[in-house]
Amino acid sequence: MSDSLTHSAAAAAAPRPGPGRRLVVHGPGLAIFAAMPAIAAAAGDPFVVSLFTRFLIYAIAAVALDLVMGYGALISFGHAAFFGLGGYVVGIIAHHAAETGTIFGLATSNSALVVWPVAIGLSALLALIIGALSLRTQGVQFIMITLAFGQMVYFMLVSLEVYGGDDGLLIMERNTLPGLDLSDPTVFYYLCLAVLACWLLLCRRLVGSRFGMVLRGLKQNERRAVNLGFAPLPHRLAAFVISGAGTGLAGVLWANYALYVSPDMAAWSKSGEFMSIVILGGVGTLFGPVIGAAVFLGLEQLLAIWTEHWMLVMGPVLVAVVLFARRGLYGFLVGERSHD
Amino acid sequence: MSTLLIEQILNGLQYGAMLFLLASGLTLIFGIMGVINLTHGSFYMVGAFCAAYAATATGSFAAAVLAALVGAGLYGLVMELVVIRRLYARDHLDQVLATFGMILFTNELVSVVFGRTPPFMDIPSFLTGTVALLPGLSYPVVRLAFILVGAVVAVGLWLLITRTRIGMLIRAGADDRAMVDALGVDIRRLFSLVFALGAVLCGLAGVMTAPLLAVEIGMGERILITTFVVIVVGGVGSVRGAAVGALIVGMIDSLGRAYIPITLYELLPPEIASTLAAGLVSASIYVAMAAILLVRPRGLLPARG
Repeated sequence: MSDSLTHSAAAAAAPRPGPGRRLVVHGPGLAIFAAMPAIAAAAGDPFVVSLFTRFLIYAIAAVALDLVMGYGALISFGHAAFFGLGGYVVGIIAHHAAETGTIFGLATSNSALVVWPVAIGLSALLALIIGALSLRTQGVQFIMITLAFGQMVYFMLVSLEVYGGDDGLLIMERNTLPGLDLSDPTVFYYLCLAVLACWLLLCRRLVGSRFGMVLRGLKQNERRAVNLGFAPLPHRLAAFVISGAGTGLAGVLWANYALYVSPDMAAWSKSGEFMSIVILGGVGTLFGPVIGAAVFLGLEQLLAIWTEHWMLVMGPVLVAVVLFARRGLYGFLVGERSHD
Repeated sequence: MSTLLIEQILNGLQYGAMLFLLASGLTLIFGIMGVINLTHGSFYMVGAFCAAYAATATGSFAAAVLAALVGAGLYGLVMELVVIRRLYARDHLDQVLATFGMILFTNELVSVVFGRTPPFMDIPSFLTGTVALLPGLSYPVVRLAFILVGAVVAVGLWLLITRTRIGMLIRAGADDRAMVDALGVDIRRLFSLVFALGAVLCGLAGVMTAPLLAVEIGMGERILITTFVVIVVGGVGSVRGAAVGALIVGMIDSLGRAYIPITLYELLPPEIASTLAAGLVSASIYVAMAAILLVRPRGLLPARG
């Protein structure tokens, strides 16, 4: 981090590209996402809507991860734990609703207005615990301790024989929202799009706020920020909790999308995937992870159609992106440095 | 009870020896060049597949060992020259993404070259059978042999690092890369050497695993995570730390497997105990790592004072 001062000085000195190129990227991007169900219907391929729903859900998780990774320089390798927990809360409540109608003596509900806040709240609580313990360490140790907590959650889910253990848990139907039929793929797609849009707006407000400035100040130069009178831990912990809640929300949507949850949702490779998506799209940007999610999952899908050995191509593509598009795809497209 | 304890301690030693082979290379690579190399586990997988393939093809254990060492070493060297070399000056995130990509690539490459059905490797005939260590305690010869190999390599590596000029440069490089570079040592060549040595040790660990556990795609990632636990517990960048960490993790894993279920069944009703035991056994090393890091955030024996 010692050279980040000179970095930001250089960024400030370089002529900043106007908002033009950003509009060129955001405008069509937004249009494609908004019109996707109509395009898919015209092309007669409903699978595309399903694929794009996946893009949106992963994008929510990736934006959440970038909040701590890109703006707080906290490389969490355990974020899949929150994704898994969010999903499992949906799955477990649905399981009890189908079996007995009660959970721990309480009446169950299939309403998203009840289930989702519970899932998000529990994810935030887990993030509070993991964050409070992990933030005692820094650097590689932080990467590894978050990984360790992620693995603990993974193994706990594997050992939950009541809820399917290794095999996971099937969910009978999606949660209900008054006035919306979530079982309709198009309606569910637009719901996910709306959630992503709200999440992006919230994160944008957040990183632009005083809180976000302190977070970025801590990332650039911790000693300077501390000497200015800002305590690192509360800011970082708050960012971690918000990020965990957002990732839990993505898990909730995923459980509703796939109608299935399994421990794989919390596996370390899922954390690696989220991280890859963020880096691929552009660390420290809010729209980068969205592009990253679409490109990562889309490429995966395309290559899988083309060849059974798609990972033989996917792997080198990731390496090439690291080596040649240093600011991620978003930086490459928009032509400006990521924020720091 | 005590034979179970001794048996589990020996199992822990064997697992610890294998972990040390992986962890020493990984920690040196991180310590010297600051590269987070997720593909380290892939060299272990390549080694195990090469060993199993050569053993099936030739029927010779010596050929299997040679194939594993050469296969893993060469793959490591190529990887260093083609990819890793370009990542030194990058931040950890870039390294994580690039080496994550190479894991995907290696897994697929191995399944294309060797096939999806994993080759099966027998325990070589001169290592079959058991030996009676104590009255009532017989232990597989092959596991004893692997403990011995692990110990010999560990001592050899310790001598290399503490008693030779190369070792002195490696230690100096791990402590202060820029200073060693400034003193006129070609740190890149030194690093290529360490990287290849690390890959060869992974190959050796692969040979030692192939007859005991399933050889399969994805085995590298599972052991990689455990190896990271080892070096973080021991202290990143330190070979002594890797040794201590490997022993601790090996012991916790094997003793946990034996005693966590026994203890829980005594304390709790069986249906709760069985669920909890399975989870706790798998999570035990992560719980231990979290606990150690909370007390000593930089590990037990960090490289730099």
